[in-house]
Amino acid sequence: MLTVSRALLDRVIAHARADHPDEACGVIAGPAGHDRPERFIAMTNAERSPTFYRFDSMEQFRVWREMDDRDEEPVVIYHSHTATEAYPSRTDISYALEPSAHYLLVSTRDPDEEEVRSFRIVDGTVVEEEILVGTEAQE
Amino acid sequence: MAIEVRIPTILRSLTSGAKSVEGSGDTLDALLADLDTRHAGLRERLVDDSGLRRFVNVYLNDEDVRFLGGLTAPVNDGDTVTVLPAVAGGMS
Repeated sequence: MLTVSRALLDRVIAHARADHPDEACGVIAGPAGHDRPERFIAMTNAERSPTFYRFDSMEQFRVWREMDDRDEEPVVIYHSHTATEAYPSRTDISYALEPSAHYLLVSTRDPDEEEVRSFRIVDGTVVEEEILVGTEAQE
Repeated sequence: MAIEVRIPTILRSLTSGAKSVEGSGDTLDALLADLDTRHAGLRERLVDDSGLRRFVNVYLNDEDVRFLGGLTAPVNDGDTVTVLPAVAGGMS
């Protein structure tokens, strides 16, 4: 189960809508070992593509180093699908290499419908999970 | 000679859980070969027939080694190498 505030979820969706029709991507960091997403970090999609995303290598280095310095981990790794459902594709699964992250998918294929789903992806196996939306304000 | 190599979570099963290991070598290629003698299989996760694997990021100190010559990048005592799997995906 992913527990996340409404405010953070809104930021993820806003980012996805803003970058549509390119795929948007990012991280929500939180204190290591607590499974609590707290700090929203939009990432640049270095591919700038409607069908593929990739974190820019140096941006990822800086963000991962910063999380390390702050004793955080990437609790949520999010990205959007702009024409298909919010479900991990084959490439999503093959590149899901942060075993403790929640993989959050947003689909922006419908401008009027909110389509957000969360998954755990470990050793190539996808398990969908519930999203519990909280009301407390976050960063 | 000691070069620190920071290991991402996904590869720690090959280093008995260690977040960072030490090795030696004059180039990144030599360093990875050295690490592989103590952590079997580690090199293969990072290198394929055409060089460094496309979806693994390797950094020497604060730079992406792709801009430093890749596997031929010279490494020195006191350097830090960081490995991060690329975060990527797509529609299909």
